Amino acid sequence: MSEPLQITEAAVDAAVDAALAAIAAAGDSAALKAVRAEHTGEKSTLARLNASLRSVPNDQKAALGKLVGSARGRVNQAFAAREAEIVAAEAEAQLAAEAVDVTALPSRFTPGARHPLTLLQDRVCDVFTGMGWEIAEGPELESEWFNFDALNFDADHPARAMQDTFFVDPPESHLVLRTHTSPVQVRSMLEREVPIYVLAPGRVYRTDEFDATHLPVFMQFEGLAVDKGLTMAHLRGTLDHFVKSIFGDDAKVRLRPSFFPFTEPSAELDFWHPTFKGGARWIEWGGCGMVHPNVLRAAGIDPEEYTGFAFGMGIERGLMLRNGVQDMRDMAEGDIRFSQQFGMVV
Amino acid sequence: MRVPLSWLAEYVDLPPGTSLEEVHAALVRVGLEEEDVHTFDLQGPIVVGEVLEFVEEPQSNGKTIRWCQVRVAPDGEPAADGGDAVHGIVCGARNFFVGDKVVVTLPGSVLPGPFPIAARKTYGHVSDGMIASARELGLGEDHDGILRLSTLGIDAPVGTDAIALLGLDDAAVEINVTPDRGYAFSIRGVAREYAHATGAVFRDPAEQVAAADGAADAFPVEIRDDAPIRGRVGASVFATRIVRGIDATRPTPAWMVARLKLAGIRSLSLPVDITNYVMLELGQPIHGYDLDALQGGIVVRRAQPGETLETLDGKVRTLDPEDLLITDDRGAIGLAGVMGGADTEIGDETRNVLIEAANFDPVSIARTARRHKLPSEASKRFERGVDPAIAGAAAARVAQLLVDLAGGTADEAGSLIHAAPEREAILLPDGYVTRLIGVEYTEAEVHDALAEIGGRVSRVDGGFAVVPPSWRPDLTAKADLAEEVARLLGYDRIPSVLPVAPPGRGLTRSQRVRRTVADALAAAGATEVLAFPFVTEAENAQFGSTDGSAVASMKLANALDASTPFLRRSLLPGLIGVARRNLSRGLTDLDVFELGLVFLPEEDREYGVADLPIGWERPADDVLSGLDAGIPAQPRHLAVLLTGDRSPKQPGRPAEPAGIADALDAVRRVAHAAGARVEFAQGAHHALHPGRTAEVRVAGQVVGYAGELHPALAAEADLPRVVAVAEVDLDAIIALTDPAVEARTIGTLPAATQDLSLVVDAEVPAAAVADAVREGAGELLEELRLVDDYRGTGVPEGAKSLTFALRFRAVDRTLTAAEASDAKLAGAAVAAERTGAAIRE
Repeated sequence: MSEPLQITEAAVDAAVDAALAAIAAAGDSAALKAVRAEHTGEKSTLARLNASLRSVPNDQKAALGKLVGSARGRVNQAFAAREAEIVAAEAEAQLAAEAVDVTALPSRFTPGARHPLTLLQDRVCDVFTGMGWEIAEGPELESEWFNFDALNFDADHPARAMQDTFFVDPPESHLVLRTHTSPVQVRSMLEREVPIYVLAPGRVYRTDEFDATHLPVFMQFEGLAVDKGLTMAHLRGTLDHFVKSIFGDDAKVRLRPSFFPFTEPSAELDFWHPTFKGGARWIEWGGCGMVHPNVLRAAGIDPEEYTGFAFGMGIERGLMLRNGVQDMRDMAEGDIRFSQQFGMVV
Repeated sequence: MRVPLSWLAEYVDLPPGTSLEEVHAALVRVGLEEEDVHTFDLQGPIVVGEVLEFVEEPQSNGKTIRWCQVRVAPDGEPAADGGDAVHGIVCGARNFFVGDKVVVTLPGSVLPGPFPIAARKTYGHVSDGMIASARELGLGEDHDGILRLSTLGIDAPVGTDAIALLGLDDAAVEINVTPDRGYAFSIRGVAREYAHATGAVFRDPAEQVAAADGAADAFPVEIRDDAPIRGRVGASVFATRIVRGIDATRPTPAWMVARLKLAGIRSLSLPVDITNYVMLELGQPIHGYDLDALQGGIVVRRAQPGETLETLDGKVRTLDPEDLLITDDRGAIGLAGVMGGADTEIGDETRNVLIEAANFDPVSIARTARRHKLPSEASKRFERGVDPAIAGAAAARVAQLLVDLAGGTADEAGSLIHAAPEREAILLPDGYVTRLIGVEYTEAEVHDALAEIGGRVSRVDGGFAVVPPSWRPDLTAKADLAEEVARLLGYDRIPSVLPVAPPGRGLTRSQRVRRTVADALAAAGATEVLAFPFVTEAENAQFGSTDGSAVASMKLANALDASTPFLRRSLLPGLIGVARRNLSRGLTDLDVFELGLVFLPEEDREYGVADLPIGWERPADDVLSGLDAGIPAQPRHLAVLLTGDRSPKQPGRPAEPAGIADALDAVRRVAHAAGARVEFAQGAHHALHPGRTAEVRVAGQVVGYAGELHPALAAEADLPRVVAVAEVDLDAIIALTDPAVEARTIGTLPAATQDLSLVVDAEVPAAAVADAVREGAGELLEELRLVDDYRGTGVPEGAKSLTFALRFRAVDRTLTAAEASDAKLAGAAVAAERTGAAIRE
């Protein structure tokens, strides 16, 4: 214990002044810590003055105690204020030092992508499931019976030859790569109870050379509804709703007389949109019609009691019309830049 | 089918000035789709000229040209180009004489090409126009010299517009004829359809010639079909006519040449042109025989085994017993309805002609045409159905043209066999058309539409009885009639009514999972691709089996690329192809995936069925299941391929090359998206790196592989050494996964975390140690993670130290450190027992 000090106003003021000056001079938290040790620590003048209060006469204790106490209060207050200043300044300096160039940050993100054909297929499915339809599927390697015979293609009819079919070796096994999604119509009618409202999307195959406008492997979707009282007006209503859902309210549908073995009456489906590449015009986008009575019979459904309609369209053509794809090979070659243009949205 | 407008206008009213577009638009409305337009593409002035004189001038290049004076306008009148009535023209051809009438293309005219004609200096003269060849005018292929009008039998005054004179001002629409409308392969059929579309008056060309009396003895013909195909006799109608004393060398008139040319048929000789002309006009294929070359009468029969025939194209064909033949006493003289034989062909010397107009069974003709690869204008029509009632008229029309143009005399009588069955009436119940089409047609509308297409419509109890016209074999049931009514009255009358489907169940679980899986992979940076499923046998062996042995594969009989006739058993060959293509385009960092079907036939099993059931009734259940059993399994696989950098070099971060870990992560992502728990074990696959292959298991079953492509295979495919791949059977993963989640209580009390380091033999899989710890630690263990695999100082040679971070928690109380330690030690004890693990102090 050091010698008691004489407590005088001058001594107290001098100690306070020295402390305040040192506090003000402290530039960072380390300096302030040193100042605090020097001016308020055990060996500091103010601490010693405080300790000296024990030895002052009782009648002066109150006055001198107040003098020393208030001095210590002023110093502590100054410390706190300065400390807050320094902490704030240092925090600010740290933030400034932590600044980065947000345009040069490393990234683990890779822009992956769904294939736009499968995305568009999903969208088409959503339109129909939204109407209560279900999504039906079938094999791609199919029996000729499902691909042709059950769809009213006579074995010798030229329509069978016009399909450009891939046959499995040997051809006598009557297996083919399905030339359309229509065999799923037959499978759906055999497997499900009427009324039937299904959409069948999937891959189909034709022996077309691979070029800018032909793919030997492509995607279709096929709609089938079988119920009591269905008419061609219901077919048109469904197609109207569909093209407006996919292409917007301005899209329009036109039906033209045509021929398909599995529908009677049959129609080509054209649709119109103001924003097609090359201007507003009618574009052919598939075939449709009322399910041929023989097709209903092949599936064990009485054509006198039920009618149905069916339609089929190509996804590729839809993508070309919607998104301006020029070369069909882009859809098949797997160049990642093609899918990555679309990302997760089509 | 190409339809010259001048020809069409003969049989239906075509208002003057009707454009090609308007004709197309009208035909499209009734179902004849527009394909193209054809014109001669000429611009006048092109006129008839007369060669007044010429001088032959040999040239230094060895050619001799003729410097001609050609009168192109009557004396005293200006020429059509405004020039003198006589033009000086240089001509390279030398096939003409003074006094010949020729076609002169005057300056200002344009020939197809386009090839504009102007006065130009050549061979020391100013050639003021050109004398044209038939080929230059677009009329034919001959380029032997210029066209002498006398060869076409034309002598028109000088200065006459040659474009109109030769029929070169005509134009044709081309339409696509669907296979049900054979009759539209004729001007007759198209004119009728045009009348349906526009209401114009139709004049049936068949009614404008009188068929000859069908005297059976006019020419002996016998139909003797001992082997009808599918119960149908090969020929149901056979009409003949004889024309005698023709001059086969006479020119075909220009109008006929022009129409044939526009219709796409080359002019060959007058008799052949006439038969083609009548076929185009009436839709009835015609065959002409040199009557004097025939030996005896005609017998129509099937071929005998081994029989041969030299056809018109000079090929000797070995015939099939299914082929229907035209024969005479010597044997086969023609493939009925497909192509005639060489022996009886009409030539320049032919004087007497036998005309055949027959109706052959579509199936028989289709098979023969396909068998001999002889698709002809005739077979195309027979396959689609020819009007059986028109044979007599067609034979008469040919006879008439031969008489008129070739100078012959027709025998009064022709022979006719007509055994085509009468068409039966179709009952069309009242209201049926409206019920099918959704338009309130009146009874009169239905009646009139069916009458207009040529049907005989009569009222019967409850509806109409409709006998379809002879030229519409496609109309066999009431739905066909409904289409006719809807088509004639316009599809645009059909209203739009949205049907209300019964409530659906949305996507199936499998469909939902597939979407989620594809989305999850794409969201994590992978790019979806769709490869063709065609592979080589070697690729199927390599990737379609785990040990690289040959496996059963489905093979195509008519692959586009003979090197890849097999259907994929694995998606990886496709992804490797995609990787190669991207790398060749400079895209070196790849993360691609495909979701698609593979084709998995089993060993030693025959697929398919020999005989298909009929198409118009439901096969029995066992027949249907037989069809399905004949189709190989086609599960949906998912495969990924990564190469290059998973994450590229960037500021402050080195590149992270893709490797096996990324393949496993992709599988984890797939399993996670499918709600499946996936496990990996050290695996072996022929196509993969022997030390870097993981077997993928779900519910204890192997569902695929993940790893790195065998570096030797990668080198073979020109890929980088490290190519991470994985392939799983997504259908199997979905089937093996119970989608139901039973929610656990989520403990909210504080957790206790501890680390555990165990030293084990380096060969022991970390997963085995982790499983043991997990089991031993019991239910207090909430999570266990492998945080370190250390080998080196402090760990014995051949061993490793695995450090696990463990998190313990109890749902009902705050765990003490002692409780957590006890659980940890219990885990370590089981690990020690099972794997020989020792706690590393």
